Amino acid sequence: MERSAADLSPGQKGMVKDFTDEYISLKLMEMGVLPGTEIEMRFAAPLGDPICVHVSGYALSLRVEEAKTIILS
Amino acid sequence: MSRAINVALVGNPNAGKTSVFNLLTGMNQKVGNFPGVTMDKVSGVYNHNGQQVNVLDLPGTYSIYPRSMDERVVFDFLSDEHAPDFPDKIIVVADASNLERNLLLFSQIKDLGQPTILVLTMLDIANKQSINIDLTALETEFNTTVVTINGRKGEGLNELKDAILSDCHSEYKPFYDVNELSPEIIPVIKEKFDLANDYISYQYAQQTYSKTFLSNEDKEFIAEAKVKYNFCDRQFQTTETVERYKTIRSKLEQVITRSQKMGEVKNRTSKLDAILTHKVYGYLIFLSVLFVMFQAIFEWANPFMDWIDFGFGQLSALASSYLPAGVLTNLIAEGIIPGLGGVVIFIPQIAILFCFISILEESGYMARVVFLTDKIMRKFGLNGKSIVPLISGVACAIPAIMATRNIESWKDRIITIFVTPFMSCSARLPVYAILIALVIPETKVLGIFNLQGLTLMLLYLLGFFGAIFSALILQKILKVKERSYFIMELPVYRWPKWKNVWLTIFAKSRTFVFEAGKIILAISIILWVLASYGPGEKMENAEAAITETKSHLEPGSDEFEQAVSSYKLENSYAGILGKTVEPIIKPLGYDWKIGIALITSFAAREVFVGTIATIYSVGGDDGDESTIKEKLAAEKDPETGEPMYDFALGLSLMIFYAFAMQCMSTLAVVYRETKSIKWPMLQLFYMSGLAYISALVAYQLLK
Repeated sequence: MERSAADLSPGQKGMVKDFTDEYISLKLMEMGVLPGTEIEMRFAAPLGDPICVHVSGYALSLRVEEAKTIILS
Repeated sequence: MSRAINVALVGNPNAGKTSVFNLLTGMNQKVGNFPGVTMDKVSGVYNHNGQQVNVLDLPGTYSIYPRSMDERVVFDFLSDEHAPDFPDKIIVVADASNLERNLLLFSQIKDLGQPTILVLTMLDIANKQSINIDLTALETEFNTTVVTINGRKGEGLNELKDAILSDCHSEYKPFYDVNELSPEIIPVIKEKFDLANDYISYQYAQQTYSKTFLSNEDKEFIAEAKVKYNFCDRQFQTTETVERYKTIRSKLEQVITRSQKMGEVKNRTSKLDAILTHKVYGYLIFLSVLFVMFQAIFEWANPFMDWIDFGFGQLSALASSYLPAGVLTNLIAEGIIPGLGGVVIFIPQIAILFCFISILEESGYMARVVFLTDKIMRKFGLNGKSIVPLISGVACAIPAIMATRNIESWKDRIITIFVTPFMSCSARLPVYAILIALVIPETKVLGIFNLQGLTLMLLYLLGFFGAIFSALILQKILKVKERSYFIMELPVYRWPKWKNVWLTIFAKSRTFVFEAGKIILAISIILWVLASYGPGEKMENAEAAITETKSHLEPGSDEFEQAVSSYKLENSYAGILGKTVEPIIKPLGYDWKIGIALITSFAAREVFVGTIATIYSVGGDDGDESTIKEKLAAEKDPETGEPMYDFALGLSLMIFYAFAMQCMSTLAVVYRETKSIKWPMLQLFYMSGLAYISALVAYQLLK
């Protein structure tokens, strides 16, 4: 089964492979989440959502729902 | 002196753009409107070497493709080559510690064809993270002028000013050639709209519908061309973004060297985040911050507000004693000066609120608050970003509603605008204060809590829950397919720059005074006229009427004068209005006098206390609440002889004021922000209806 960015636990890293949602992917790519980029899970908000990841040199927060659209290799 | 040159400032959010803008222009800033767009533009002016430079600060954005109201302005402004204020030069502000992502926007801006300067900020942070940037290589690789600036100390400012005036700019060559994507459509658009630049033409096709200066025929023309040449916007945008990043990455390899050790800034941020977004402490700290902020708004602002109140009272007295007696003097002393005072008195609260908000934003904590609350807010059809307007709403709904512009989703934004006026703004405070003092005993609850304070807190909670539950209802009703999403940068923690904080306070207070001031002033003049004139001759014959009906009063005594002014008020246009609405508000326990206050305070709630003061003939001592309080306490119900202002009436009034949409300025701002009369009207009827029903239930249950 394919792994998405939402499956990472804090400290784990993964490589972005693809996106499942065109609209969200445009925004993510503008923010530096591109295929081939390393993404590291940092921490989740107290209620488990949204989460904070480290990508292209900065901290990005996004909802779990959106993290699920990022497919990792 | 040569013609003034126009410069536009663009950059990612958190890139330090505001600091650069403040360094360049200082206090010479003004807020205007973009022609055709309901959007504030912040611009400023400075002189350098005898040349005047106009600087326009554009909203922060990650790319030229807009997602929020804020961002839409950026491309709209930069793409109209024929507009009179089209910038001669564009300055892109980029965060040196995060160059790759910042350069995406730079590369797009550069392709628009205007001379562009790249300003690097936060070099100190980059160095601490062991990122070394070869500036000469950066200039050659990206074919641009690079200036570094220290936003805190202002180093590099003169170099930037020189670069802005300098004529030597590298020759234009596209960073990414969009002709690879769609070679056919670009010449067609170029010719039709007389454009010189390929990328601007290509963006006409990409952003046809968000552009405000295109006519409908123009839009149709482009839409037809898009179909004809098989223009697939999203796919092209994806390719463009990926290609741009590829080029940026390969070029940056020549520019950046990185040593492996972990930067200390990131360490500090990680440590702070471990506490500030912790499962337990995270919310506790957030609540404490809110608590301190509320305390500050209400406690620290008090002495200043008293001084302003006193000052305007004196001014009004001065005006009536020194200006020649007459209608104009009355209008100035009783209408205009108190009206202006009603605006100015809120400056301390607005200033303190924006001081807090600006510190929270500058330090990077506000982004964490948004992060912490997103999940909770989402349940109510709001967004983490809605928390900022909701908190600001505690001071005043007007700046709060303007703060919704960075919410990307239209639905989230509309719901936020709709419910923000429920938050108990500072204008409700004087109303609550006097009613609580009147009907709530000053006893202790559980030994520590003051019952009056507790009531005030409950009223604030009532407003908050009013907002939350209305959002819930609206979420169910609004059927919009648009996706709500939440993708946001969490910036590193930094010490706020005090100059930025001061300029924010200054700018926001000024906007408030001028935006709200105009309307409140107009209303107070109308109100004065309504209360000073009446139909027929009853107003002129007031003294005779009182001499006849209340013969025990000695003409010229205080009691006599009070009776005369009460009589005049009862027979004025305002009094007639009050009598007209009396049957409607009777079930809530209100009489015609409260009716007048309800009508007058529809423009702005704080007018309630002033009107009540006038009605009960307290005279000039508007600010002296104890006298108003005594008068109200002495007021008897004409039917029962019991005190008029009992617990039931007081509570009913408080609940009414907690919910009712009594603020013309807010309605005006909602109209301006939504560009539709529908939303302010819905708001007015929904909130007033809710206020009426809740007040009715409260009164009928308690009486």
